Amino acid sequence: MRVNTTKFAFITIAVGAAVMAFAHWFNVDYLYFASYTILQFIVLATAWNILGGYCGYVNFGSAAFFAMGAYSSVALHKFDTLIDHWFSGSFAAILHAVFPLPIPILILFGAIVSGIAGFGMGYLTLRLRGSFFAIATLALAVVLQTLVVNWEYVGGSRGAYIIRPESIEFAGITINYIEYLFGLMLLLAMISLVTARAIEHSQLGFGFATIRDDELAAEACGVPTLRVKLIATTISGAFMGMAGAPFPYYIGYLQPSSAFGLEYAVNSIAMPMIGGTTSWVGPLVGAILLGSAQQYATVTISSAVNLLIVGLMLVGFVIIAPNGLIGLVQGWRRAWRKP
Amino acid sequence: MDISFDLLINAIAAGLLLGGFYAAVTAGVSISFGMLDIVNIAHPGFVILGSYLAYFININYGVDPILVSILMLPVFYALGALVYQVYYLSFEKRGQEALRGLAFFFGLLFVTEVSLILVFGVDYRYVEAVYIGPSIHIGLVDLPLRMLVPCVAALTLFGAIELFITRTFTGRAIMAVSQDQLALQLMAADPIRIKRIAFGLSIAIAAVAGALLIIIQPVEPSVGREYIGRIFAICVLGGLGSMPGTLIAAMLLGVVESLTATFYGPSWAPAVSFGFLLLTLAFRPAGLFGR
Repeated sequence: MRVNTTKFAFITIAVGAAVMAFAHWFNVDYLYFASYTILQFIVLATAWNILGGYCGYVNFGSAAFFAMGAYSSVALHKFDTLIDHWFSGSFAAILHAVFPLPIPILILFGAIVSGIAGFGMGYLTLRLRGSFFAIATLALAVVLQTLVVNWEYVGGSRGAYIIRPESIEFAGITINYIEYLFGLMLLLAMISLVTARAIEHSQLGFGFATIRDDELAAEACGVPTLRVKLIATTISGAFMGMAGAPFPYYIGYLQPSSAFGLEYAVNSIAMPMIGGTTSWVGPLVGAILLGSAQQYATVTISSAVNLLIVGLMLVGFVIIAPNGLIGLVQGWRRAWRKP
Repeated sequence: MDISFDLLINAIAAGLLLGGFYAAVTAGVSISFGMLDIVNIAHPGFVILGSYLAYFININYGVDPILVSILMLPVFYALGALVYQVYYLSFEKRGQEALRGLAFFFGLLFVTEVSLILVFGVDYRYVEAVYIGPSIHIGLVDLPLRMLVPCVAALTLFGAIELFITRTFTGRAIMAVSQDQLALQLMAADPIRIKRIAFGLSIAIAAVAGALLIIIQPVEPSVGREYIGRIFAICVLGGLGSMPGTLIAAMLLGVVESLTATFYGPSWAPAVSFGFLLLTLAFRPAGLFGR
């Protein structure tokens, strides 16, 4: 049965609404905190997979794109305090009415900043051999961290505090702030999944797949490879930025080492790799499984051990099950049909 | 800005010493990435592993770190050969090195770092040796032995590798293997075996570089990440697999980093290598000395 994008979007909305209603019914703060992280990883893993899984280009700098989103939020948040310093009169009054910006706008800004960064990285390195892009993204995280550490305005190495309001009012209804953040991240996860699936079945998605399978042949068949790859890096980067933008409000205190944490880079690769890279289901399954396992392990064992487990699983899966869990399941189903 | 002459001279001298060391760290990648076309991003992981081994034996048995690294050469060679065998069977043979091979090395890098954190913690570790501390003065220039000894050791190692690669049959086979495997087979050399030897060699060099690193500066597990940008910047700038090119590029990066650290503060130094890498990729992807 073939489900088109509109139908799929409606199914996603229904599932999302059910999750939201369920969470609201439970209404435990810890549950919101924990599932926010899992949803954030769904967005990151899906974003990574648009470039890595569909196009075959590895991005090791997920943490950098994520942190760019987070720090663009911090920069805009802090701008509020600078208004009187720079402007005066009615213009300052207008700015005061606009700032601090609501989180959905910040998410948009994060997407733009990280999307531009993705485009720039792609433009500089994608004309060369594929591995150069991977190496450049790996180094990007280190350098951006250097920049942020030296940038006093966003807190430098000391980090930045962002006081999260207790609650937010929406058309007369007061909601708990963490529930609001959770709802936003749920929405982002839904958007990223629908986008990923739409890309998969579109002409663009076929363009991605040809590049992944044989770039030279794709070029020879008239696929504008550089343009298609740049679209992939931009979309992928933008979604990572979106995932990062609400993060300062979630964590309350953002420091470079947490925004550029290695767990983002490794998880956004491990989740699609373990789930399966060829379709939108893989990152979703990987993120839910690994994300909840890590939430559990961080509480019960220790965060270092759980990262070690993720690393070992990544190495194990790429060696033993190259197509991830989805590939394993498909293999079993095929074996089941013809005994 | 008022740049005093002796500060400038000292910064350049320190940069050259640092560059000699960078050449040793990069030599392994010049072999694996430049000659074999294996994108071993886990290389810094092996360097740090070498550092910690040198640290562990030095602290417990008082053996000189450079001596430890030389004694450990066969162990790391075997480790490298093993890693290559896994890589070959799982990825290269199936033609999946682009995506999964890279993820494999990334996983290795990550597992090494986290394991070291679990065993040794995140504290900075350092070694003890007679040449850490004193320095010699030539005119205006201060040459700390802590930098000079690793630099000399690195250059000796570098020279030995260059001789091995250009003068022996196996060495020439390593240079040939990425260019024409069939021709190599006609010369009665097994390409997989040659690659295994070369990769083992590159990891063995990484271990020596690690021992030199812990002489130069205290080491903690995540230091390796700073070296990824450096190593690949030097390797690409040097023209991928050209040994003399690697040496000159390493010296260049060392001097520029040292100048940046002296005049703008050490917290900016990591950004230099990335700037180098991006500029090289954008304007001269074949490297300074590439054909």
